[in-house]
Amino acid sequence: MIPSLLGISVVLFALLALAPGDPFDELATNPAVPPEVRAALRAKFGLDDPIWMRYWHWLAALLQGDWGFSFVSRMDVSTLIMQRLPVTLIVIGASQFLAIAIALPVGVLAATRPYSLFDQIANTVAFIGFSLPTFFTGLVLILIFSIQLDWLPFVYRADINATGWAFYWEHIKQSIMPVTVLGLFQGAALVRFVRSSVLDVIRLDYVTTARSKGIGERKVITRHVVRTALIPVVTLVALQMPIVFSGAIVTEQIFRVPGIGSLLITSMLSNDTPVVMGVTFVSACLVVIFNLIADILYGWLDPRIAYR
Amino acid sequence: MAGSTPASLTADAPAETSAARKARRFSPWQEAWRRFRRHKMALVSAFALLVIVFAVLAGPFIWPVPINEIDFTAKLQGPSVSHPMGTDDLGQDLLARLIYGGRISLAVGVAAMVVAIFVGVLIGAIAGMASGAVDAALMWVTDLFLSLPQLPLLLLVIYLFREPVKGVLGIEGGAFVLIVAVIGGTRWMPAARLVRAQFLSIREKEFVEAARALGASRLRLVLMHILPNAMGPVIVVATIDIAAAIIAESTLSFLGLGFPSDVPTWGSVLRDAKDYLDIAPHWALFPGALIFITVLAINFIGDGLRDALDPRRVL
Amino acid sequence: MNERELRGLIDRVKLGRMSRRGFVRRMAAVGLTAPLAAQLLAYSGVAMAQSKSTYKPTKRGGGGQLKVLWWQGATLLNPHFAVGTKDQDGSRLFYEPLAAWDPDGNLKPKLAAEIPSRENGGLAADGKSVTWKLKQGVTWHDGKPFTADDVVFNWEYAKDPATAAYTIASYKDVTVEKVDQYTVTVKFQKPTPFWADAFIGARGMLIPKHLFADYIGAKSRDAPTNLKPVGTGPYMFKDFKPGDLVTGVINPNYHQANKPYFDSVEMKGGGDAVSAARAVLQTGEFDFAWNMQVEDEILTRLEKGGKGRVAITPGGNIEFLLFNQTDPWTEVDGERSSLKTKHPTLSDPEVRKAIALLVDNKSIQDHIYGRTGPATRNYLYGPERFASKANPIEFNIDKANDILEKAGWKKGSDGIRAKDGKKLKFVYQTSINQPRQKTQAIIKQAAQKAGIDIELKSVTASVFFSSDVANPDTYTKFYTDLEMYTTTMGQPDPGTHCLQFASWEAASKDNKWQGRNITRWQSPEADKLLRDAEVELDPVKRAAIFIKLNDLAIQNHIVMGIVQRPTVSAKSLQLNADISGWDNNTSDLSDWFKDA
Repeated sequence: MIPSLLGISVVLFALLALAPGDPFDELATNPAVPPEVRAALRAKFGLDDPIWMRYWHWLAALLQGDWGFSFVSRMDVSTLIMQRLPVTLIVIGASQFLAIAIALPVGVLAATRPYSLFDQIANTVAFIGFSLPTFFTGLVLILIFSIQLDWLPFVYRADINATGWAFYWEHIKQSIMPVTVLGLFQGAALVRFVRSSVLDVIRLDYVTTARSKGIGERKVITRHVVRTALIPVVTLVALQMPIVFSGAIVTEQIFRVPGIGSLLITSMLSNDTPVVMGVTFVSACLVVIFNLIADILYGWLDPRIAYR
Repeated sequence: MAGSTPASLTADAPAETSAARKARRFSPWQEAWRRFRRHKMALVSAFALLVIVFAVLAGPFIWPVPINEIDFTAKLQGPSVSHPMGTDDLGQDLLARLIYGGRISLAVGVAAMVVAIFVGVLIGAIAGMASGAVDAALMWVTDLFLSLPQLPLLLLVIYLFREPVKGVLGIEGGAFVLIVAVIGGTRWMPAARLVRAQFLSIREKEFVEAARALGASRLRLVLMHILPNAMGPVIVVATIDIAAAIIAESTLSFLGLGFPSDVPTWGSVLRDAKDYLDIAPHWALFPGALIFITVLAINFIGDGLRDALDPRRVL
Repeated sequence: MNERELRGLIDRVKLGRMSRRGFVRRMAAVGLTAPLAAQLLAYSGVAMAQSKSTYKPTKRGGGGQLKVLWWQGATLLNPHFAVGTKDQDGSRLFYEPLAAWDPDGNLKPKLAAEIPSRENGGLAADGKSVTWKLKQGVTWHDGKPFTADDVVFNWEYAKDPATAAYTIASYKDVTVEKVDQYTVTVKFQKPTPFWADAFIGARGMLIPKHLFADYIGAKSRDAPTNLKPVGTGPYMFKDFKPGDLVTGVINPNYHQANKPYFDSVEMKGGGDAVSAARAVLQTGEFDFAWNMQVEDEILTRLEKGGKGRVAITPGGNIEFLLFNQTDPWTEVDGERSSLKTKHPTLSDPEVRKAIALLVDNKSIQDHIYGRTGPATRNYLYGPERFASKANPIEFNIDKANDILEKAGWKKGSDGIRAKDGKKLKFVYQTSINQPRQKTQAIIKQAAQKAGIDIELKSVTASVFFSSDVANPDTYTKFYTDLEMYTTTMGQPDPGTHCLQFASWEAASKDNKWQGRNITRWQSPEADKLLRDAEVELDPVKRAAIFIKLNDLAIQNHIVMGIVQRPTVSAKSLQLNADISGWDNNTSDLSDWFKDA
């Protein structure tokens, strides 16, 4: 795992170094800033060194627990990330949790009664969920719940001056819309996957065998069907998990959720490479870890799987 | 109905007696078509999709209004006889723009999906069969692609390839190839991981063991026995990818990778319309509905196909 | 307008036959900023006007929380490192300069006791020094007194290239001396008619010596106070999350009586301009939103929400179109748009003239920018009713067709005009921004009707405005025939602004495309005017030169204005906030208040 992460970090670093843009761009276009200042800054942040040397510095610092220093905000990358992490974990985590908690049972139920009314409704909602972009669904919710009904605020404020229950209530109120938008989007795909893989498994011979043995329908579904059907679902959830850390750029933008996604996009737009590198490398680690977990889970879900 | 629960109630047609079935012999394709026909939603969807495809292909002849005729006196108008889908804020006719944009959106959606699924299935299948070092290497590549930050990657692609590709294929052709390559190239990973996971499980199943014992070649094993059984989730990914590609295309245009800003696509019309949602809802409604109907139709066709092609289904 | 007319106008102000405001407007019309106009008057012995105070509250505090929305949040809070206005605006909550620019271009004292003038002895007769009297009894937020030492320190800090302060240009060519505890003198190397730069406005915010003294030069990035400002301003630092949030609480010892009105301030960042407008105009969740780059159509609808209104403040920013004078499609010595080439078709003045006739400024204003973008043809511009008659707005497709026909550009079978096998096909680039793409579409359509084919290209802003030497899509490389963007007048003095027309400033590979002349226009006449302006000490003569230069560039169709881009903000109906187009949005924050 370590060599694989090292390899990924090399590619990421090279990509960011090669991508167009320069963190001190705005200086160059500002007539009031002489070129010497830019040169001094580039030297100060080591931007004139060759790429391999910069990578080496970055890696050496990382091994000592130093994530780098933001060009734009002039503070430690780790501080910037830590400021954003709690909100990201809460909001994106909640939507992910909701998506899984709702999609699993809905998908299974829809698959056991294919083309029933319930299945049709579940499918239609799912199609809406992934055929409409989040920038659109988010806006529709804002227009309905903030502007027409005036029930919910649409600007997410991490810093609420209230105490006790009011504090939590305010937080819940402002989280409802972003969590719904994201949950719908992620849950929609999940429902379709669960439904499809349960349908695949449900007609396999061993299920029929189990049924013919007189095992109750409920038990057949939960014990035999869902377990095998979970393999693709686990794969998909593992693929989605890293965004609990790296955030959802569009949704965060719409509701002004100060999560890591919005940090990432502003850093990208201002070419603040150390921050982008920090965030993408952490999410790369999560990608690798979650996919590893998925591989382990496959073995548990289907004991015959062996990694030869 | 031995050995199978129907995936479709509509397909649950009056069971023919096995004698009658044996009497009539169908080729596998005829058989599939016969089953597909019984799937009402799929049939309706196929029809709807055909109508949309026909409209975007033949539309310009039936509705010969230019896509970029600016008319400020008619801006933000709702649907009317002269503008059946209304106009945008420059007074341009939305029907004409959506007909034109539909070609691009549908082509991009389908082509990008094909690229993503082809690459994904290929890599997933190889990894799932090979195991060991090959599997590890391919999964490393997959993880790498999952980790790459999209925006810098896109900017790098624009920077490196936009001009050369445009030089070879022209403005719109170049944009199309780049978009398909970028969307396909950044969306194959879920398919790869899903296919691999399915392979890991299916290759150990009894029927595969049986085929192996009968001396089936590795290729035959994959193509005839494992892959068809692994396609369920792949079909779902494919349909999701079409929707995602149609939307992603507009995001790419927004970053300067896509088509020139005056070329309408469903995604970009929807994006332009979003700030006017409370002023001129029709503007967003039509592209949104078109994307939705297309995705819906493709999904139902996918379901229908799966029921139709399922080798275990016996009707 | 020549020098004599200018002097005539100044005399009319002196005699009281013309209002100050009228004069400032008149100057703006010929392309001079309000601060420069105010300077002209001051130089000619008309004292600067006192900014009128409309501040009503009679006690400090009690106004609750002020919630403001910046759709790009501040990313750092040291004013000397503030790159964009968002950072300066954020720093301005806590830091103050000696004086600020008011909306009419007058100086308003902040940490200065008074504005220097000839009468009070602040301005030396030879124009080589300015003496500032500082306000006494001002304390930093940590209780330490504010003195002349702090002012001198800011100069030392900013002028050191190793500090890498973005404010360096205002400080590197002056010397600052402490006269006594509350007096400093700024000395210039040569007579400087435009003296109001160091310690003034956006680049004049002062940081405390006692907290930054150890972090001058190369150590500047390590100062803990970079992230936790300690200033003299109306609000004291509470919390800062870059890009997201800046919060402050009332400064109980603020140096102006009864100010500020609000008990705390919250500056929220992120999101997009339209939803920021919604939060102020439609739902009233916030009191103020910055930089409303939104189609006027939408703003007008949102205003019907009845919670707020749009405030438009004139400034010096202009959206303009540039005509490439060199050939962007031929590579010479490793660069396109090389000075060694001539544009195959745009070098024909008749073609440029025709294109100018095809730009429908009026419709662009009416249907895209509305109140937020008054049409103009000038590069240096002003309000329409005073607009220079020399550069009228004319949109006339027939006339454009006529001109091209006469100049020998004949329509081919494809409907595109050509001459000597060279077709009128252009690539027109700009950054990605909705109103810009619509403007492009409008111009493209008109051009089509005149037999000119335009291909639209849009580049993402972070690339377009970058200085990346390797990237072909930056605005300074200008590897297309036409381009459009907004130029900001960072300084009230048009000196640097007009380097756009200097032949020696042509952007090229040699200067890594840092030159300010983007069109690569080579005009001995413009060069001479610029050289004259450099050595001209009489501000009135100098102003006349710039007016002439503007006319020259516009009439030769080197650049053309499309619309002005004033500062547009959204305010709640109760909020009283004066926004100056010449200073930061928050420059007058101490005087903001709400009607009860």
